[in-house]
Amino acid sequence: MASSPLSTSRRGFLKGAGSLTLSFSIPLADAIAQAPAPVLPGNMNRHRRLSAWLRIEASGTVTLLLGKVELGQGILTALTQICADELDVEFGRIQIISGDTALVPNEGVTAGSLSMPYSAPAVQQAAAEARALLLDLAAARLGQPVASLSVSDGVVSAPGGTKLSYGELVQPDTLQREASGKAPRKPREQHRYIGRSQPRPDLEAKFLGRSIFVHEKRPAGMLHGQIVRPPTYRAQLVAVDTSTVERMPGVVRVVRRGSFLAVVAQRERQAHDAARALSSAARWEVDKAMPGHDRMADWLRTAPSRLIDTRNQPRAAGGAEPARTLTASYYRPYQMHASIGPSAAIATLDAEGMLTVQTHSQSVFETREAIAKMLGMPLEKVRLQHVQGAGCYGHNLADDAAADAALLAVAVPGKPIRVLFTREQEHLWEPYGSAMLVNTRATLDAQGNVLDWDLQLWSTPHGTRPNGQPGNLLSARYLEKPFAMPVPGNLGPPNYAADRNAIALYDFPGHRVRTHFITEMPLRVSSTRGLGAYGNVFAIESFIDELAVAAGADPLEYRLRHMKDERARDVLNGAARRFGWSNWRKSAGRGRGIAFARYKNIAGYCAVALEVEVDRASGHIRVLRAVAAADSGHIVNPDGVVNQIEGGLIQSLSWTLKEEVRFDDTKVLSSDWSSYPILTFSEVPPVEVVLIDRPGAPYLGTGEASQGPTGAALANAVFDATGVRFRRLPLTPERVLAGLKAPRAESAHVTHG
Amino acid sequence: MIEFRLNGRPVRSTAPDDDTLLSALTNDHEVNGAKYGCGRAQCGSCTVLVDGNPVRSCTAPLSSVGGRSVTTLEGLSQSGRPSRLQQAFIDEQAAQCGYCSAGMIMQAQALLERNPRPTDAEVRAALDGNLCRCGAHNRIVRAVLRAAKGA
Repeated sequence: MASSPLSTSRRGFLKGAGSLTLSFSIPLADAIAQAPAPVLPGNMNRHRRLSAWLRIEASGTVTLLLGKVELGQGILTALTQICADELDVEFGRIQIISGDTALVPNEGVTAGSLSMPYSAPAVQQAAAEARALLLDLAAARLGQPVASLSVSDGVVSAPGGTKLSYGELVQPDTLQREASGKAPRKPREQHRYIGRSQPRPDLEAKFLGRSIFVHEKRPAGMLHGQIVRPPTYRAQLVAVDTSTVERMPGVVRVVRRGSFLAVVAQRERQAHDAARALSSAARWEVDKAMPGHDRMADWLRTAPSRLIDTRNQPRAAGGAEPARTLTASYYRPYQMHASIGPSAAIATLDAEGMLTVQTHSQSVFETREAIAKMLGMPLEKVRLQHVQGAGCYGHNLADDAAADAALLAVAVPGKPIRVLFTREQEHLWEPYGSAMLVNTRATLDAQGNVLDWDLQLWSTPHGTRPNGQPGNLLSARYLEKPFAMPVPGNLGPPNYAADRNAIALYDFPGHRVRTHFITEMPLRVSSTRGLGAYGNVFAIESFIDELAVAAGADPLEYRLRHMKDERARDVLNGAARRFGWSNWRKSAGRGRGIAFARYKNIAGYCAVALEVEVDRASGHIRVLRAVAAADSGHIVNPDGVVNQIEGGLIQSLSWTLKEEVRFDDTKVLSSDWSSYPILTFSEVPPVEVVLIDRPGAPYLGTGEASQGPTGAALANAVFDATGVRFRRLPLTPERVLAGLKAPRAESAHVTHG
Repeated sequence: MIEFRLNGRPVRSTAPDDDTLLSALTNDHEVNGAKYGCGRAQCGSCTVLVDGNPVRSCTAPLSSVGGRSVTTLEGLSQSGRPSRLQQAFIDEQAAQCGYCSAGMIMQAQALLERNPRPTDAEVRAALDGNLCRCGAHNRIVRAVLRAAKGA
């Protein structure tokens, strides 16, 4: 969930100010007083100077400055491709500085599939304007009209063979100006990089073992920090005798601040040993306040909530008569980011009182602000630098690792302190994707067409990012003067959060969506790939399948019947065609399913079709093959898009087949890979991705597009194979077996009448 | 004090004998090609080769490699040039975040040394204990098969 460029109009900004923090570089009062400036593309509208985005030095070095960061999604490669094309410089010559709060434009959070729609146009415009300015300089120097000049890899050539490089042309003030917004972008025929699969430079480094992750940084004198987390979320540290631990070998400092307990040691192993000893020495007051994973759906239904009218479109009077009504109830459990590498950070407080934190945070600017406030330091004394971490699928513990390293760095000044969480800490303390309950109800006419569609969802928050507030940092809540966690909000349109993708893209005459937003959080939660979209699309695309069955219609035909959006129809048809939907033959134990969503209803389109085999004896589901069709607008890096769609699909299969955070009344029980298993190689099916390119259309975010459709396509295929509708995730063998034995119990929520 | 060969060179580790091999490699020998993932031999991101066999370095004690030969990701490339398997990973862009890649490549290297022409199913079986969260599985399998084909 991003607080990036969500609002373009001033009115929208003021209206949204209550629930959003937008980082504007000019004070609000001034912004209101000033005349409206021309709207510049994407995030350039907030960072209007060319020098915010690009540096071109006399040496010829070209540096792209990016507020967006690499999370494994390949964004830096795509943005470099765009820069290379518009600036006419070879891809390999462009340097990147990304996510350094001292150097780059604040582009908000790298999240929400917003980087391509908002950062890419900014980079494109900056590069195009820089090229135009350099050509003007060349024209003046050479006494030739701009139209007669050509550029190749940063070298301008005039007729007659005179050449001048960008390095020779550039003046100190060339890029020190606001963008005009007028420099034309290149026509598509002249693109050399955009639209072609570009290998990612960072992957080569990773395959060769070069230092690239924050986990691999070893500054001289680095010490190792370990945090001793409480036994439960709300436990209080009653007493701890630190004297024994302080005398352990290698221990530099035991840090106790309220209920925050940590140790800094010379060696990693010593830090672990000391943390274990410290943990044994600590006495905690423990609470028992959690509903337990099996009772979570009931808890959601009954918890105090705020009602949000997400959509209220009554059906016009007249028309077809209602013939029958169907209802269903779906549940999505808490699920983890579960990155393979636990979160890490390195922080140093230097002699000048400057705190530098190397972090794999998605939100370096906002986390910096939260850390500064937590420590009572001036903002300008805190600098965050993004360094890559393991795969990031939303708000994980990266920001907390940064905050913890910062807490230890101020306790032990002058030394780089590394914090690397243990696997157990990562599993137990990350903010999960919220559990959700989604109830659906539809009234059909005599032909089975939808007249009224009604969806209600219950969810805890999907966004508790740092957002400049220390109370959103885990450890800040345990300090001697604890920072209270702010009450999380639910992001409104057009991105939404709990109700993300809760509005079906289908054309229903009556369409109502209500969100029961619950701010109490039995488990820590925050943005997890897709936010509410995964649960909502699972419910919508399962239910429309149920309606198709009720109408005696083919699930693909039934969807198309209700879908006017041509691009949605194209991905549905594209996935069906590649899957072989029309000539597929049913055989015993096998089933097929299809599902669709346009992420957030404003980002990438994706349809997924897949085939399963269900073993009725064991309840085991085997996914035999999967096909996705995706439309991400104008495609910059086709292989990058395929990788995201395919990766999201496989991750979603893992969520849907296996994943549920388990917990009792006291604590989370999913503490490692055996108690929280994920999909493995032998379970991953072949995946085909069909790309539908839309040259000239806006770039649409891709990274979260396949998550929702995949879960529903799987449940639909299992229904097709077994005749039993599964509405509670995950579809573990135990649950499937139980459903097959008592299909009525699984189907009990549907009423015909 | 434990002596062993690391990527062909004799080394001496001053780390305590009961340190894990992973801790010694990453902290004392500046190895990047073995990653801490779980500390419980559940995910495979710390995989290295010990005398050619894949070993989870996060649970193997340093003392277990005394006098033996340890190969990490860094040991596969020759003077900065990617090995055939590494090149195949590059060609297939066989990762998203790349955190699990080091372990994947080492596990696959062990497979290819034992079985130079594995089938798709054999690759999946060999890598089944190595976890990938980004969903790059099929790319990784293709990379291993590509490297095998080029053998």
